[in-house]
Amino acid sequence: MADTQISDHVHAAFDAVGMIDGALLPVLHEVQARCGYIPTDAVPLIADRLNLTRAEVHGVISYYHHFRQKPAGKVVVQVCRAEACQSVGADQLAEHVVRSLGCDFHETSKDGSVTLEPVYCLGHCACGPSIMVGDNVHARVTPERFDKLMQRAGSAA
Amino acid sequence: MTMKIFVPRDSTALALGADEVASAIAAEAKSRGLAIQLVRNGSRGMFWLEPMVEVETAAGRIAYGPVNEDDVASLFDAGFTEGKAHPLGLGKTEEIPYLKNQERLTFARVGITDPVSLDDYLAHEGYVGLKNALALSEEQIVKQVTDSGLRGRGGAAFPTGIKWETVRKCSPGQKYIVCNADEGDSGTFSDRMVMEDDPFMLIEGMTIAGLAVGANKGYIYVRSEYPHAITALNEAITVARNAQYLGVNILGSGKAFDLEVRMGAGSYVCGEETAMLESLEGKRGIVRAKPPLPALEGLFGQPTVINNVITLASVPIIMAKGAAFYKDFGMGRSTGTLPFQITGNIKHGGLVERAFGLTLRELIYDFGGGSRSGRPIKAVQVGGPLGAYVPPSQWDVPLDYEAYAALGLVVGHGGIVVHDDTANMAKLARYAMEFCAIESCGKCTPCRIGSTRGVETIDRIANAQDKEQQVHLLRDLCDTMVHGSLCAMGGMTPYPVLSALNHYPADFGLQTTEATAS
Repeated sequence: MADTQISDHVHAAFDAVGMIDGALLPVLHEVQARCGYIPTDAVPLIADRLNLTRAEVHGVISYYHHFRQKPAGKVVVQVCRAEACQSVGADQLAEHVVRSLGCDFHETSKDGSVTLEPVYCLGHCACGPSIMVGDNVHARVTPERFDKLMQRAGSAA
Repeated sequence: MTMKIFVPRDSTALALGADEVASAIAAEAKSRGLAIQLVRNGSRGMFWLEPMVEVETAAGRIAYGPVNEDDVASLFDAGFTEGKAHPLGLGKTEEIPYLKNQERLTFARVGITDPVSLDDYLAHEGYVGLKNALALSEEQIVKQVTDSGLRGRGGAAFPTGIKWETVRKCSPGQKYIVCNADEGDSGTFSDRMVMEDDPFMLIEGMTIAGLAVGANKGYIYVRSEYPHAITALNEAITVARNAQYLGVNILGSGKAFDLEVRMGAGSYVCGEETAMLESLEGKRGIVRAKPPLPALEGLFGQPTVINNVITLASVPIIMAKGAAFYKDFGMGRSTGTLPFQITGNIKHGGLVERAFGLTLRELIYDFGGGSRSGRPIKAVQVGGPLGAYVPPSQWDVPLDYEAYAALGLVVGHGGIVVHDDTANMAKLARYAMEFCAIESCGKCTPCRIGSTRGVETIDRIANAQDKEQQVHLLRDLCDTMVHGSLCAMGGMTPYPVLSALNHYPADFGLQTTEATAS
């Protein structure tokens, strides 16, 4: 991403968040929503606006699982790995997902179409296994249903 | 007359296709020239029946479910808009035993109303509590909450009134109400349901808390995994603000209170209250040492009430109906109700709000109908990832904070995860340690290092390397974590680990005597 573009996104993020206490997380969410990730070159700009050190901003970005420092694939697939989903076959689903996408968790498929992330509970624990494909939640996902969802996501992209 | 049809907007219903069903109903009605009003209500919490469609009839609301979009045409053919029979028909919603056998105080409105309609909220006893509170002094509000016996529903069960009184007594100045909506426990969704399905109730509860302690600002810290809850809360906050239920002059009382929703960023430990404060302040979610208590020096160093969603959502009914009404429910020192969440390998998973004192067996069999797989139930984890695995011999213990604590168990946030006999308890124990290693904030050594050593030790036991020594080591490690960790993350991870080891030694390749030797 070009420097001017990053700078525009950072300024827009601050405009959207406004003057609030403890603004760093809201600003990072806005930057990620605009850029798809938090570019390294955005860090000094954010630090400067909030009167923080780069190290402090970097520390926050790297602490939270939600923030990504590299661009993701076209769609992010999150598969719940927690106990309630494990009790109804989440581990088998996860194995299937890894095999069918050809990439492991925290990785992006070779064609750049999908980034796979683990998630620890989406709150649909009565109807596991749960996954999120982009912004959409899906419950009671079997390997077959996963394949259908990916076909649909593929044709929509 | 326009027919009213209800299709939930709750995210579990959406995950099962509620939006597709709603679109299909709208399209089908249009093609048949029928005038309908489609209401996107909350979920009744009977998730095996979702998407559950309801229609309003003269006899009351009639339910159909689980409805697939392909079922919609046949529902219209059968005359479901008049509540007529159909294979998916469930009869009157209120008469469904799962719902009828509950004691819904906090969840009284959930699933009935349009979550973001203030008119609906007011028509169902909403804001009665706030109006009563506005007529009382700070002391009187706190006294009502204290007298109700309400305890923190996030898991720690600390008496809410005492916490509020501590903040109230701090000298006047900037104080905050912080709602902990970082519901990260697997097997829980009651906070999510309140936020998505009845957000005004949480807003009302927080406003009353603000009046009680003299705080004019509140934050709701919601996990990033709950985007639908964030949307619903923001919609409701805007509506409440426009109608003067929030803002500088609440209902003309001259008192001020306003709310802001903040999104977490995928850190489980931010559900620990001091880590959450750090996160709200824009820092890494690292646990703070206590003292100082957050009630005295909390958010931005100011006196702060931190309560879980369900705790705050229980306040409106206490203020509306009185402390005595609420206290009548429950047993011993566990007064009132708890929304239990029956999840995992369960046939009828969902939300069951009942007074304290019922048993796990009642929940998993009478309500839950046994395992979803049809296989025998082997273990039930109660109280989230940091709760113990409860074996069948303990399923008849009443669910009550003290009765559970006496056995080394925790009621926690009321999450109940059912595992059938295919579960490998050694694997689940390993997972508990692994999860702690992933999510530890890293501040204290027992949690940061202990969790990783725990995974290695369990692996060695499973591989039958020096079994006796390793079991001894695991117990010693757990002891260090329980007593030496700064917060519940490291301090309670041993609960699932040791309960699995104690009750299911065979899964670790151990004889009972080998497992208990120390």
